[in-house]
Amino acid sequence: MSTTTATPVSLAVRDVHLAFGAHRVLRGADLTVARGATACVIGPSGSGKSTLLRTVNRLIEPDRGDVLLDGRSVLGDDPDALRQRVGMVFQQFNLFPHMTVLRNITLALRRLKKLPEDEAVRIAREQLDLVGLAAKADARPAQLSGGQQQRVAIARALALRPQVMLFDEATSALDPELVKGVLGVMADLASAGMTMVVVTHEMGFAREVADTVAFMDHGVVLEAGEPAAVFEAPEHPRLRRFLSQVL
Amino acid sequence: MDPLSTLWETFFDWHAMREALPEMLTVGLPNTLILAVSAALLGSVLGMLLAIAGISRTRWLRWPARVYTDVFRGLPAAATILLIGIGLAPLGMRVWGPNPYPLGVLALSLIAAAYIGEIFRSGIQSVEAAQLEGARALGFSWGEAMRLVIVPQGVRRVLPAWVNQLIALIKDSSLVYFLGLVASQRELFRIGQDYAATTGNESALLLAGLFYLVLTVPLTHAVNWIDRRLRQGPAVAGADLDADLVPAIGKDPR
Repeated sequence: MSTTTATPVSLAVRDVHLAFGAHRVLRGADLTVARGATACVIGPSGSGKSTLLRTVNRLIEPDRGDVLLDGRSVLGDDPDALRQRVGMVFQQFNLFPHMTVLRNITLALRRLKKLPEDEAVRIAREQLDLVGLAAKADARPAQLSGGQQQRVAIARALALRPQVMLFDEATSALDPELVKGVLGVMADLASAGMTMVVVTHEMGFAREVADTVAFMDHGVVLEAGEPAAVFEAPEHPRLRRFLSQVL
Repeated sequence: MDPLSTLWETFFDWHAMREALPEMLTVGLPNTLILAVSAALLGSVLGMLLAIAGISRTRWLRWPARVYTDVFRGLPAAATILLIGIGLAPLGMRVWGPNPYPLGVLALSLIAAAYIGEIFRSGIQSVEAAQLEGARALGFSWGEAMRLVIVPQGVRRVLPAWVNQLIALIKDSSLVYFLGLVASQRELFRIGQDYAATTGNESALLLAGLFYLVLTVPLTHAVNWIDRRLRQGPAVAGADLDADLVPAIGKDPR
């Protein structure tokens, strides 16, 4: 995977607030991820995990607070350029169904990175190979299983050589037997030194792969720390209650 | 007396049809195609602009698109053609000379655009918001995401409805005869009408009708075939299903 990690950066989310009308989704959320580290964000549904993730690549603009890559605020950057540095993988894959797998990956390489066709195809095939789907280049997304589609989505994001990867419940829509393959790809990526933020319900993955586990509830990160500390010695009562429900 | 004799004699006189056939083929058919194809192209482009304006977040684009659609969908086609073709005739005279085709095509396009705009808009709006988010997350701007990801999917979903509109357009192209056509400008319907007027037999009109069927019926079947293919993907690719999908379609696992 070493070819996929450009130069990982550190990531910091500082006191981010966001409201949709009267509904305050984020109420001063903080998250720090060291360069090349993996942070898993856990917490109950509706706690603001996915929204927090979207403020990092500014699919959602925060009302207040800051997002820093390598210590520099990205809120003044061109959001489209920022999103080429910050890859994202979604719960529902969001592959483009009218294009082949290969085309899904080459689209941004050709149109945004302005790479020539053969160079884009070479990179796309390399990425597909890394997620074990080299044989599926000419298939349509609908012809693949959910797990395969998600691995294509990961390859599509990695092809742009991002400095940070965001995963939004990447395995929640998958049949149980397909989860492992996707988590395996994510674990490989983490050990290759990618800076990652992983919103997940997979506590086993968080415990084994994460450098930091952050527990979110009601729009704030209530507790964050090394997996052992968060899982074995949770301090906050709400985290204790959450863990007793999911473990 | 055979109660259907009028029908046979007036509409199915093969001799009268054969007489009209050469002019239908050499003059009428090309002219109908010129009118229909140019109006289809222009109408579809205008329709796409209307669709994009119709889903815009800017009120100043959304509103005019709404009003336009209501007006041109609500007016009878003949009224619009007269309004444009005769109302703008002095202007057309200056730009194109006495040829009524440009204004006829313009009027047909403006009518078609109102319907096609609604068809495209409904298709584009049916594409899941997640597709836009997926494209934006890769770094595409809103415009690029629409052009490369959303619009192509939306248009594919409404191809049959779009072709319905093109069929209506082919038939409506006959209405340009209101604008006064010289002999070489006559399209299928007008030629049929002229033969009917001079011979007192309507068979040439039925022949014109058959020409319209020859144009429209294959179009319907072609788009249905394309639509099926786009939904299912090319037949050969289906053979490359993965093992974990095989049980779902009842094939023998490898």
